[in-house]
Amino acid sequence: MTYFIDRRANARNKSAVNRQRFLDRYRTHIKRSVEEAVNRRSITDMERGEKVSIPTRDISEPVFQHGSGGRRSIVAPGNREFQEGDRLRRPDGGGGGGDGSGEGGASNQGEGMDEFAFTLSREEFLEFVFDGLELPHLERKPLVDVEEVRPVRAGVSRDGVPARINIVRSMREAQARRIAMRAPIRRALREAQEALEVEERKDPVLRNPARIQELKEEIERLERRLEAVPFIDTYDLRYNHLINQPQPSSKAVMFCVMDVSGSMTQAHKDIAKRFFLLLYLFLERSYERVELVFVRHHTAAKEVDEEEFFYSRETGGTIVSSALTLVDEIIDKRYPPGQWNLYVAQASDGDNWDDDSVNCRELLTKSLMGRLQYFTYVEITPHAHQALWEEYERVEAAYPDRFAMRQIVEPGDIYPVFRALFKRRAES
Amino acid sequence: MTTLTKRHAKPIATGSDWSFDDLTEFEAEIARLADEYRLDTYPNQIEIITTEQMMDAYASVGMPVGYHHWSFGKQFLAVEQAYRRGQMGLAYELVINSDPCIAYLMEENTLMMQVLVMAHACYGHNSFFKGNYLFRTWTDASSIVDYLVFARKYISQCEERHGVQAVEQLLDACHALQNYGVDRYKRPSPVSPEEEARRQQEREDYLQTQVNTLWRTIPTGDVGSIAVPAAAEDDPLGLRGGGRYPPEPQENLLYFIEKNAPLLAPWQREVVRIVRKLAQYFYPQRQTQVMNEGWATFWHYTLMNRLFDEGAVDEGLILEFLQSHTAVVSQPAFDSPYYNGINPYALGFAIFTDLKRICEAPNDEDREWFPDIAGSDWRETLNFAMRNFKDESFIQQFLSPKVIRDLKLFHIVDDDQEETLEVAAIHDERGYRRVREALSTQYALSLREPNIQVYEADIRGDRSLTLRHVQDQRRPLARSVYPVIRHLHQLWGFPVKLESWDGDEVVRRYQWPLPDSEEGV
Repeated sequence: MTYFIDRRANARNKSAVNRQRFLDRYRTHIKRSVEEAVNRRSITDMERGEKVSIPTRDISEPVFQHGSGGRRSIVAPGNREFQEGDRLRRPDGGGGGGDGSGEGGASNQGEGMDEFAFTLSREEFLEFVFDGLELPHLERKPLVDVEEVRPVRAGVSRDGVPARINIVRSMREAQARRIAMRAPIRRALREAQEALEVEERKDPVLRNPARIQELKEEIERLERRLEAVPFIDTYDLRYNHLINQPQPSSKAVMFCVMDVSGSMTQAHKDIAKRFFLLLYLFLERSYERVELVFVRHHTAAKEVDEEEFFYSRETGGTIVSSALTLVDEIIDKRYPPGQWNLYVAQASDGDNWDDDSVNCRELLTKSLMGRLQYFTYVEITPHAHQALWEEYERVEAAYPDRFAMRQIVEPGDIYPVFRALFKRRAES
Repeated sequence: MTTLTKRHAKPIATGSDWSFDDLTEFEAEIARLADEYRLDTYPNQIEIITTEQMMDAYASVGMPVGYHHWSFGKQFLAVEQAYRRGQMGLAYELVINSDPCIAYLMEENTLMMQVLVMAHACYGHNSFFKGNYLFRTWTDASSIVDYLVFARKYISQCEERHGVQAVEQLLDACHALQNYGVDRYKRPSPVSPEEEARRQQEREDYLQTQVNTLWRTIPTGDVGSIAVPAAAEDDPLGLRGGGRYPPEPQENLLYFIEKNAPLLAPWQREVVRIVRKLAQYFYPQRQTQVMNEGWATFWHYTLMNRLFDEGAVDEGLILEFLQSHTAVVSQPAFDSPYYNGINPYALGFAIFTDLKRICEAPNDEDREWFPDIAGSDWRETLNFAMRNFKDESFIQQFLSPKVIRDLKLFHIVDDDQEETLEVAAIHDERGYRRVREALSTQYALSLREPNIQVYEADIRGDRSLTLRHVQDQRRPLARSVYPVIRHLHQLWGFPVKLESWDGDEVVRRYQWPLPDSEEGV
């Protein structure tokens, strides 16, 4: 008795639970690998999985085993030159040879490696990167001031465009109409036919030729009417109906603001770039669409594309408020806060014209902060803070939920700082 | 013996693509031939699966349904990684000792591979599962799938009730001891004739342990009535008399834990039991690797050649088969970079093939070495060999001088008290028996794993558990002993001691928790 069963369509990923259990168990190890990877990787490169290694000894499943030592006896194949009683030097690396009993699992996967290596998928990787982080004010824009709408199905209607014809419903209507319209005709037809039959069965003497003629005409007329009932009529057509429903906004825009004055070196910019990238990836996971706006400034601010933002060189002094003003203008022009979730990330080395820092604070508190979901500021400098930092500290005090600032000294700090900026509220 | 040789007008199918119709037809042919060779098998359930599903099946050690545990996830990641890097092809087949016998075929396999796997797994392994005495004694093929389903459900219920963490820790501890979850020398009673009745018994057993006098702190009334021959100085009343518990050393650590661990909750005992039952299910497989693979390989070779002789397959297919077969039974020499121990397929196939030769065309050497077998009916003889042995005894009985010569087996002794290794025997007249003896020992499970038994549970004192390890050839325990006794300590709940004995003396003591003085070590 033999059965063949085709299981190919069955669920794969039967091991998904076990895989997850494994990842959970070695969370700390994996996290460490991921953090190293984040700091090491180039920016464009964040969107792929990561190979993770865990020291084998940390994940081994111990069992009672023989250790080395004592008197071991080994049978091996392939003898060529040995004779009984030969004495051989012990090969390097202790045991060697294997005991030939085929210890299934262990030997054929490890192959003497000290590390258990495996690959995290992209999703798993990002999961670990952003583990324990949360977007501040993730609550979508409330419905009141939302202008974004999305069409949703809302039953069927009698009018619409041909592309949205609901065929099944239309045909059902047509059939109902045909039944309804044909029923009285059929009834009349049946009566006429019966009458004709009665008439024809009568004795030829008693027949009324005029009546027969009349009935025959009647039948013909009814049959024509029956055929004239249309198969489908405009009246039957039904269309899928769509109505527009207001939607919480799923769009976000992220303003990258960076100081490109002479004091910012390429190293500073690289650090900033990584920070922006992390934020971008993070936003991308929460919103369907994320747009980027790059604003760079020295004494004047300018909106630029990504390439220019990160790589063109400028010199000159620094007026931060110019950038904030530009951001404010761009918001007014292109990104009404009712439709967009607005995020600003600013990177700078902390230099600013002394008088300007106060302007920045005022600009933020009076105009910008009210419209933004979140404002992050990273200061890339090993030196002491200047006026801008102090002014920003006052902003932070006023908007503790929406404003965050940290200092970065070297590339290795980015990730921890990023985590600190976005860590779950409950933890802070 | 009359064998009707049927001629096929043309091959059943050619090329490398397969269809279900082809498979059904081939299966019927193989079944007919297997019947002619009197192979007794369970019904077959052949499942076609994808690569990913094969990796899944792999990771769960071939159990069609398994409970969840991180170690299976680790296994899966390892398989996946190796497969992706191309270090390892997936096994072409996986077969489960159940009734009906479940065999997996991968959809990527070529037609030849599917036919080969059917011959190998569905008739080779299948008949071995049904015939071999170890499988007959230790496993109940008809109930295993049900038991696995039960185990999975039970463990996930435990996870819901007691938390994933708690269950995971318990399973970790059990897994560490699962090789010691089998009665090696005792025959088990039939595994599960009536699931329900056993469940019932189980509950009673638990209630029993609740009132188990074993753990009463008040000594029983017959203190003193027992003769107190050695009323020791520190125990004048003989409170500690009454003998050691357990009276005989226990080799089945998990069984002992399940029945005697003082603090385990009922569900924990049940989980220990599940791990123990599954260990028992896999126990025969660990002892019959060479035989099982050798037997299956012998039969796929025989059956495939018959198919060719009868014209059911064409030259292209049989050449593809021979290439694959040769790869399976190749045995790299010990100094080859590909050497990874003795290939059980090669060794088993060589022994069975030579056995057939000895039956059919014996020479003088064979008559001297195998007087009973030489010239007998080969099917009877092979069947007898398959049914009544395990690797250890099978090699002892049937490894012929010719196989030793062909594989050029030699025996090396590695004694840490000697400067050098010694070649103790080679494939010559003086060496055959010694090589055979040594190889047989190499497959003895009892020597492959350290011999550790429960010696004493100090039920009248500090409740500590003492194990005894009897050294074999002065071989010590590996360092993994500490994590294992730590796991054992978790299960037992009181201190665990382990003594390593060599002859009459204790050479090493281990214990957990570590004594204070050794804490820093």
